Amino acid sequence: MRDEMTNRPVSREEKLNRFAWKARRIFLGNRRQSGLLFQAFVYAMLISLGFVYLYPLLYMVVTSVKSLPDLLDVSVNWVPTALSGDNFKQAYEVLNFWDALWDTIQISVLPAICQTIACALTGYAFARYRFPFRKLAFALVLVTFILPPYVLMVPKYTMFSDYKLLGKLGTLVLPAGLGQGMNSAIFILIFAQFFRQTPLSLDEAARVDGAGESRIFVEIAIPLSIPAIVVSFLFSLVWYWNETYFLSLYLGSSAMGKADAMASLLVQLSRFEQSYLGYMQSLSQSWSAAHLSETVANEAIRMAATLIAIVPLLLVYLVLQKQFVQSIDRTGITGE
Amino acid sequence: MKGGKAVDNKRSKRRGWFSVTRRRDLKGLLFMLPWTLGFGLFFASPLYQSVIFSLNKITITARGRRMAYVGLQNYYDIFQKDIYFVERLRAFFTNTLLSLPVILVFSLLIAMLINQKIRGKGLFRAIFFLPIIVVSGPMLNMLIQEGATTIPLIEQYGIYDALLNLPYFLQEPINYLFSQLIMVLWYSGVPILIFLAGLQKIDTSLNEAALIDGASSWVVFWKITLPSLRNMVLINAIYTMVFLATSEINEVIALIRSNMLAPDRGYGIASAMAWSYSLGIALAIVLIYLLIGREKKPELHKIAVYRKKGGARHAR
Repeated sequence: MRDEMTNRPVSREEKLNRFAWKARRIFLGNRRQSGLLFQAFVYAMLISLGFVYLYPLLYMVVTSVKSLPDLLDVSVNWVPTALSGDNFKQAYEVLNFWDALWDTIQISVLPAICQTIACALTGYAFARYRFPFRKLAFALVLVTFILPPYVLMVPKYTMFSDYKLLGKLGTLVLPAGLGQGMNSAIFILIFAQFFRQTPLSLDEAARVDGAGESRIFVEIAIPLSIPAIVVSFLFSLVWYWNETYFLSLYLGSSAMGKADAMASLLVQLSRFEQSYLGYMQSLSQSWSAAHLSETVANEAIRMAATLIAIVPLLLVYLVLQKQFVQSIDRTGITGE
Repeated sequence: MKGGKAVDNKRSKRRGWFSVTRRRDLKGLLFMLPWTLGFGLFFASPLYQSVIFSLNKITITARGRRMAYVGLQNYYDIFQKDIYFVERLRAFFTNTLLSLPVILVFSLLIAMLINQKIRGKGLFRAIFFLPIIVVSGPMLNMLIQEGATTIPLIEQYGIYDALLNLPYFLQEPINYLFSQLIMVLWYSGVPILIFLAGLQKIDTSLNEAALIDGASSWVVFWKITLPSLRNMVLINAIYTMVFLATSEINEVIALIRSNMLAPDRGYGIASAMAWSYSLGIALAIVLIYLLIGREKKPELHKIAVYRKKGGARHAR
């Protein structure tokens, strides 16, 4: 064998040497490209961590399709012997799916819209105007984020009950529309940061052309801030969707003593045991008393219910995945 | 932009209080109106009331609430007489002390892994951001009941035996950490997002310069990556702290609520508890701020010098 460049014969030793270098480059990599070993390490880490992340969900899916014999059989672990759709049917009926879904959509979409509007206005004011007490107001926004909402829970509850708002959507929409919804402070900061990055020259041009401040906001600032609006709306939606604590306090039947109070899917899930009991009793009245004994939902039914409760958001996530992931980048949250 | 501002200032000085720009800025207050209203209605006034509540004994009668001033009695009661409150408060803070660093380290690790040039980036991103979407109180409760938040392997590896050798006050939180490992990891969704955005903002020329100067990637991580991410670490630490404190499966919060609706305890006790809890959290956040803090000037200066040297050599 001869060297390609100099065309002189290559000794056996040199050949081995070159081979060693080549192997070294492939496995350990160089400055420009990381080696195979490193790549393997990265993939191993990602896959194992990914598995840990997905483990509860996998468990949930597998358990939810198990039939009763499979549940009792210790040897059946990850692969059920038969798929059972019965769990889903029961869970679906106990959760009162369509009503709960409609309530959930109202409970999360309306406050999300109001919150986005209010935070956009506030963020715009912080970014574009130097009004008196601006710094103080900004500090207060941060305070509203840091102070846990539980301090305000009791007085808010009494306030809502004084104004006869308990059990109505207003308990969520009003604070959201006035910039005091869930994590409003974060969105105000996002909008402020975002508007700070949009060019002033457009505003000035519009001002010269005689546009008023509100017109500038609606026709120039809003179209420019679509990424921030998307982030704010999506995250508000998710956070309101997943919130149950204040929801069951302000809107739940415990607040009103009414049965027809609004209940989101997750609130329904949190009181699944009681609902299941009621469901079984209502069934046993029409069938036979034998069913009365089975009043505790087995884990397959509970997992099926959990799965049903998270599926709508999961679908939203699958469709809008890119927006969720990329949006943060585009809003420049993490900017200086 | 800066030039424009300076002109604005000059103009407002010349024309006094009612200059065009001044009037425009006052219009900005209109944009602040909703927030200001909300702040007064849904923050300041409830805040004030909750202080008052916590200093009163409140009984609910047919004719409405009756308040009797008791001073600091409520606070005394919850710390001296309540059997659960102090215990749960202690458990919360020790657990947080342990899980907070774990969350931060894991989220940074995962963010750095996803930031590599790898195949299936989108898929991995989707997996690691999934918890942001699905985590909620009832859902976690269901999974915890099933024991699905703990990895079965961990139990088999004799970790519990090893735990017995540790001092008692460490046993419980570490046990908690391992038994709820997946949940702790699930809390790192938003931190990963923030770290990832931060990593992508780091100037790659800095890294390259350092590597050319002969720094190993280990050194690059400690000297460049981590210092550049300092603000992100701070943001994430505070965010995670607030998130843990307001998480719905938090037992302190469950206790506050059950006290609020209990007839013999009432709003007074619940408010006092909420206040003590919040002060504890505020203190923790101040501690985090002092610990991680802001970027120090000298270090920034050092990085600049580092870059200059590397850049110069690179050019040569």
